[in-house]
Amino acid sequence: MSNGNLNIDIHYVTRVEGHGNIVVNAKDGNVENVQWQGPEAPRYFEAMVIGQKWDMLHHITSRICGICSIGHTSASVKATENAMGLKLSDQSELLRRLAIHAENLQSHVLHVGYLVLPDLVGVGSVIPLATSHPNEVKTVIKLHRIANQMSDLVCGRTIHPQRIIPGGFSKVPTIDELKGLKDTLLSAAPDLTAVGNLLKALAPKLPNFTRETEYVSLTDKNEYALYDGLLGSSLGDTAPITEYETWTNEFCVPQSTAKYTKRKQDSLMVGALARFNINHAQLTPNAKKYAEEIGLVAPCYNTFMNTVAQFVECIYMVDDSVRIIDELLHRGIKEETVEVKPKAGRGIGVVDVPRGILIHDYTYDDDGVCTKANCIIPTNQNHNNIQRDMEALVPQIVNKPQAEVELLLEMLVRAYDPCISCSTHYLKVNFNNK
Amino acid sequence: MSKPKIAFFDFAGCEGDQLTVVNLEEALLDVLEHVEIVSFREAMKEHSDDYDIAFIEGSCTRVADEARLKDIRKNAKIVVAIGACATSGGINALKNIRPLETVRKEVYGENWKDYDTYRARGIGEVIDVDYKVYGCPMTQSEFVKVVKSLLTGTQPDIPNYPMCVDCKQAGNVCVFEKGQTCVGPITRAGCDACCVTEGATCWGCRGLVNDPNVDAHKEVLEKYNLSVDELTKRMATYFTNELPKG
Ligand code: SF4
Ligand code: SF4
Ligand code: SF4
Repeated sequence: MSNGNLNIDIHYVTRVEGHGNIVVNAKDGNVENVQWQGPEAPRYFEAMVIGQKWDMLHHITSRICGICSIGHTSASVKATENAMGLKLSDQSELLRRLAIHAENLQSHVLHVGYLVLPDLVGVGSVIPLATSHPNEVKTVIKLHRIANQMSDLVCGRTIHPQRIIPGGFSKVPTIDELKGLKDTLLSAAPDLTAVGNLLKALAPKLPNFTRETEYVSLTDKNEYALYDGLLGSSLGDTAPITEYETWTNEFCVPQSTAKYTKRKQDSLMVGALARFNINHAQLTPNAKKYAEEIGLVAPCYNTFMNTVAQFVECIYMVDDSVRIIDELLHRGIKEETVEVKPKAGRGIGVVDVPRGILIHDYTYDDDGVCTKANCIIPTNQNHNNIQRDMEALVPQIVNKPQAEVELLLEMLVRAYDPCISCSTHYLKVNFNNK
Repeated sequence: MSKPKIAFFDFAGCEGDQLTVVNLEEALLDVLEHVEIVSFREAMKEHSDDYDIAFIEGSCTRVADEARLKDIRKNAKIVVAIGACATSGGINALKNIRPLETVRKEVYGENWKDYDTYRARGIGEVIDVDYKVYGCPMTQSEFVKVVKSLLTGTQPDIPNYPMCVDCKQAGNVCVFEKGQTCVGPITRAGCDACCVTEGATCWGCRGLVNDPNVDAHKEVLEKYNLSVDELTKRMATYFTNELPKG
């Protein structure tokens, strides 16, 4: 037992994207200090794009994050398209949605299978699982590979896609490729079921921790919003994306000058659980059925269930991808040329990516040269919620052995699937961790 | 012989190269037959400072990173820079083309001094690097090729001729014919000109070929009546730290 004395200093939480630290001090059961820190080296993307032409921006901002590069590219081209008044063809709209599904699927499978499962089985990584649970690991790898194949086929590359350009696509998949992809996705059903069953069996190991908070995601009356929609809150209101600044208010807290976000409540959470809580009624029957079986019911205030919500989304995205492919097959697919006449203006692009709402906001001059840029990153919106969750969780577990507390806190951070390297162009933390 | 111990580290980058390793999928299991991964923060909890080969992703962008890099150099027998950010500064070097103070103020406003940063650089400017795997991200095939080479103690065969050679072999129509600008003529080949094949142009992510003929490249532009200014911007994307100054 720790007797309520904790001195935790986890320097770099593992199995997350980017660098984050956890510092906790407790004495005789009194929690003295709880800090979630992000010491990542900032990269200055908003300044790098100033002076760059409209046809370069998506290439540059894609490099904010390798895992969400399709999401960044999509938000980027949408911002440019909005600034220049470009309209997408129906075909491009469908392909963009398919691209987002591919990336979300890849990222979710990676998170559920490679980053979270080891915690639930009680090992340090997926590597020992390859020996102890070879079939399960091979199934996870297979699903991950299929998602990547889908990205390759739609975007020309998995990491830093090449085909997505302002105005549409520079190249499109063939009918035969799409048919092949559909078959592959349909044939993955047993694999999804296998991983789903494994998660069901292990889900009781997810801590039962609840803290009411506000959830924010895109929302759309016609679909489970990922590629487009209004800003929506679990508190019931919505707003057009042009009002994002009033939703992502950034503020400083006294001891740590970290820029946090909040809206109507103390903090807010974005990502799969937020989307599920707000838009669950629009999931496909398969996804709804799985959610019900595993016990995910909206509104769910347990952050640890974000991983489960991600898997529910995997099922949804496979279903919806098949629907999109059918529509493309029905319509036929053709190469389209994109003509862009640069013009001055401001454009905002939004996508709900694996970890939540992502916004790019650019201003261009007459020559299509960028004069101002702002990127709002999902994890940045979650940092405040992570901090608040820790503050709520630590007193509940303060008497557990230190190693157990450490594990629980790491699991909490991992549940957010944080993408710290993207978020740190804004995150500011005070390193006075005594 | 025991398996060589390998470790992955990341500095300022997007982790796209580490993801490239994860994306080897089933093939990664084969690699694991020959090496033992002792540190890979993005994928595993365990960490050890006892390793033979260090793969480093990302650029060095602040003084504080230098000590960490030097520690890695001390621990490792072989250091491999993976991806453009590590080999040359990559996309991060774009921040070097404008005054640093302006860049810092633009992003952090009045708090700009709180964020330590300096000119983004490839890790080879700070420590000795034994192997480089080019690209943003590096390609899987080149990564595997380099891993095989260093396990057998040979030098990998990395092309040192311009991208246009790859591009012609891929059967692409040159984008200059379509009035677009491309830095392929001075970029190191080795990726089959994949971006041109996908309908984009070559952005130069594999870095400059040794002894690039920049003047001849500019002449090509004149021939096609394209702006040198645009080319200069394109070259800045990945070549900022590699081009001779002035
Ligand atoms: S080289 Fe490219 S893929 Fe690799 S870390 Fe840098 S930005 Fe990411
Ligand atoms: S498109 Fe670029 S890489 Fe290909 S031949 Fe033309 S200049 Fe060379
Ligand atoms: S074609 Fe050019 S930009 Fe594309 S991967 Fe190859 S070197 Fe990089």
